[in-house]
Parts: sequence; C-alpha cells; structure tokens
Amino acid sequence: MEYWQEEIETMSRDRLEALQLSQLKQTLTAAKNSPFYAKVFAEKGVSVDDIKSSNDLQKLPFTTKDDLRDNYPYGLACIPLKDCVRLHSSSGTTGNPTVVLHSAKDLEAWANQVARCMYMVGIRNTDIFQNTSGYGMFTGGLGFQYGAEKLGCLTVPAAAGNSKRQIKFITDFGTTCLHIIPSYATRLAEVMYAEGIDPCRDTKLHTICIGAEPHSEEQRQRIEQLLGVKAYNCFGMSEMNGPGVAFECKEQNGLHIWEDYTIVEIINPETLEPVPDGVIGELVLTTINREAMPLVRYRTRDLTCILPGVCKCGRTHKRLARFKGRSDDMLIIKGVNIFPIQIEKILMQFGELGSNYLITVETVDNSDEMLIEVELSDLFTDDYSVLQSLTKNIVHQLKDELLITPRLKLVGKGSLPVQEGKAVRVKDLRKL
Amino acid sequence: MTINQISVFLENKYGKLSEILALLGKENIRIIAATVADTSEFGILRIIVNDANKACRLLKENNVNANLTDVLAIITESAAGTFAATFALFTKAGISIEYMYCFSVREKSILILRTNNKESALEVIRRHNLEYITENDLINL
Repeated sequence: MEYWQEEIETMSRDRLEALQLSQLKQTLTAAKNSPFYAKVFAEKGVSVDDIKSSNDLQKLPFTTKDDLRDNYPYGLACIPLKDCVRLHSSSGTTGNPTVVLHSAKDLEAWANQVARCMYMVGIRNTDIFQNTSGYGMFTGGLGFQYGAEKLGCLTVPAAAGNSKRQIKFITDFGTTCLHIIPSYATRLAEVMYAEGIDPCRDTKLHTICIGAEPHSEEQRQRIEQLLGVKAYNCFGMSEMNGPGVAFECKEQNGLHIWEDYTIVEIINPETLEPVPDGVIGELVLTTINREAMPLVRYRTRDLTCILPGVCKCGRTHKRLARFKGRSDDMLIIKGVNIFPIQIEKILMQFGELGSNYLITVETVDNSDEMLIEVELSDLFTDDYSVLQSLTKNIVHQLKDELLITPRLKLVGKGSLPVQEGKAVRVKDLRKL
Repeated sequence: MTINQISVFLENKYGKLSEILALLGKENIRIIAATVADTSEFGILRIIVNDANKACRLLKENNVNANLTDVLAIITESAAGTFAATFALFTKAGISIEYMYCFSVREKSILILRTNNKESALEVIRRHNLEYITENDLINL
C-alpha cells in the first residue's frame, strides 16, 4: 500500500481528532479577522475558549451560500488582500456571485490535497495527465492542474470541449490519466469509437477522475468498460477550494474526506441536528487549514451519509457515500450549477409566456439534457416564425445565463400540471 | 374582403386536436374550412367557422391559446391555371403568401390566404376585380 502522506492518511482517529481540534481553534481565531465572522461571532457570543472538544463544534453558527453572496466580494477575507494571490468566483448572474480567496499557502495546501487524491488512485509522476475541465474561474481546471504538477505528472491542460482535439492529445501525447465529467467521458468514448479508435487498444489511458456531476455506479462501470480504465469519483466544490475535498480510493467504496483539511458533519436539513453515521443528511464542512477565507460549518446542501466502518485501504479518514442529491433545488448539469430561479427570471421577461413552467432533466444517450416546457400566455400569434424566433430568443438568453443550452418547448395554456402549494418545477429523471 | 379565421396553438400531444374539435362541436360551432400545420415542437390549427367570435371566446374560456386573424377569401373558377393566374398577380405586386388553403364548392374554388401585406393584397383584388366572398356568404354556403 502506498500513500502520499502516510502519517496523515493513516493517523489514528484519536490523533486525527486532536489535530482537528487544534486546527479548528486556529481557524476560529483567524476567522474573527473577517468583517463577516467578527459580526456573527459577536452576535452569537462565540468564543474560541468555549471550544474544548470536537462536540463543541455544534455551538458554532452555520455559514450559508447566501452569507457568501451577501458579503460579496471580500466580506469573508481574514487576511489583507495584499496577502491573497487568487480568487475564484461562481459564474451565475442571478444575485451576487460567491467569491473564494486564496493565499499562496492556501494554494499550496490545495495542490497537496489534490495530489494526495490522485496518488491514492494510483496516479504517479510517470503519468501523463490530461485535464478536460474548463480553466479560469471553474476550479476543476486550475485545481487539478496544480495538483497534478505537485504530484509531478506531465500535465496536458487541454481544457474543455473539442472532442477530436482531446482525442488527438490522448493518442499523440500518450495520455494515461484524465480528469473529466462523467457525461463527457461517455461522449468522448463514443467519438473515439466513431473515429475507429478503440480506447482500450489504441490509447494508454488507465485511470480517470470523474466528478463535478452526479452519476450512478452503473454509469461509472459503463465508463470503465468503454474506455478500458478505472474511474474514480471525486468531489469538490468551489467554496471548499474545488476538487480534492473527497475522493474515492482504490476500493471504490466511498469517498475519503480529508479530515486534516475539513471537519465533516452530516445534519438533518430540517432540524439541523447531527445524524448518525449511515444516515443520509446534509453535508456540513468546516475548513481547518485555510487562512485567506476559512468557512465555519458551511452548509453544502449536498445530501450524503458517512459510511460506517473502516476502509480496507488503511486510511482512517471518513468516507462519504455517493451523493444522493441536494437539500435545495440546485441542479448540477454537465458540471454546471443551476438554480431553477435563474430559469424563471429569464422566462418571466417574456410577455408571450405564462407563469407556469416545468424543468425536466434526464439522461439521453448518456448525456444530461434539460427540457424546459413553458406555457404560452394569452398573447398568441398566428405566425409560426414569431413562435420559432421566440423559442430561439428564449433559448439564447437561457444559454447566456446557464452556460448550457436547454431544449425549450412552448406548450398551451393549462397543459402543465397545476401547481398547488409548493410548486414542483423540476423533474429530475436521471438515475443516481 | 377579409374574413375571420381562428388560429389555435396545438401542442404535439396525443388527443389534443380531438379535444379542441369536440369542444367546438359541443357548442354547435360548424367548421367550414380547416388546416393544421406542424413543426417538430407544436402545430397551429386554423379554422373558418360559422361564428368566429363565439368560437374564439369559447376556446379562451377553456384555456386554449387561440386568436382571431383576418385572412383573404378569394373565389376562382375550379379549372386548370386559375390559381396560377391569381397568384401571378400577387407576385407581380411584390406580395408574398404566408400560408394558403382552399376548398371547392360547385365548380368554384375558395382560396383562404394570408399575405405579408394585407393592404397591397386588397389593392390587387380591387384593381383586378378578383371575385371574393364575404364572411356572411361563406357561412351560408
């Protein structure tokens, strides 16, 4: 068994928890330097001295995505901006985006976190690693780039899209490992077969990291067969740096969450009380080694559970189960986070449309597709071209907002289910 | 010269057309002419009926997207070359036809059509003395 940092990865639970407690205290002390936490801690009467054991974590207030939005852009900065070297921001245009700041030390720690994950699944400095994530604000790009470089891989920053170019890189450069979203992995495999390339025979691919999009065990196995690789589920979120938060080991049975980086809690999203291991709840994370912008009890809204028992790989860090969905209405499609409200805001700008709409997400040919059905209002036209250009115009605006292109279907008034009480706007038919 | 046509938005959905036709039938609306055009996502049903205002109101009350459009109704002899001769006049006047449907009654053909320029089309009809039918006459055919 080989580890990137054996001492930390296999540390006894007692020692790990002691480490967490001391780092938590440091984090809380640092957090007070931000305008946001200074105010929150004062209001809630939080004192670092009250934190004597890991159970005391529950005395601390939660942090939400809205807190990040409301304190955009620098309200959570705990160190002067001159000591920050990078920021990542979410892409949405609905309301304020979120910003995460990093110091040089934070970036170094993040790179190490990603390198640890990659090493865990057998990627070595002899590998050629191609990253198909978008670079720029999307953390899957630079996050994996720095991690792979830290590990010593020859990295190919191919970035997103252009399947033929991706395939040319894979075959010409002898790429052995990929970071790729699962729906794109199947797509890429299909393009390879269509081009007469058998990835099992004609490429050197052996390991891929798939994440940024919910996917099922069946989809993983399919990808493994199609590409002739081992595929490992990775979890990250921009608020927690990005990729590297939790990652499967070779056992492919749960994602180890690095507890020297974050304290993990699972809570009941209604009562906000902790739930036992094995019970599904909302993932709540506290960063304990970030200096520019620590987050305390951040409500991720992702639903999962902690797998009971120890992992055969020897790592002591807890394992998260495959993600089961969200405790809010956010959809993750092709690695893009989408809130139905973003769609609603666009639709409501069109007088030709009524107010009833339905979003359906399903897997079509191994790719996640979004269909938006929207009712017409009374302003009906007899003219086809008007209806067609209306459709085109709406799709165009949706694409600008969402960064993916949905299919739009105009439907007659009264043809969508009448909404009673809490409106059900989203049907997610993907198998998870 | 112009008559009222009802246009109805039709979802591509099994039974939708039947549903709308049944609604009209139940309320004693007689359909004189009808056409359905479709795209991959939706269709438009266009009908001439014996009481356009009532029918349109009825549809709207039943939550159907419908509206009234005025279209031209021209009469030609039901003979070879008559359509060609009529349309040549519109073409010559720079008018495009957006859609057209027709039916024949006793050696006469009735052309229902919508152009891109109603005023110019009416001018062509007047200038060339084309035969047309009023809504009242159409209903009493």
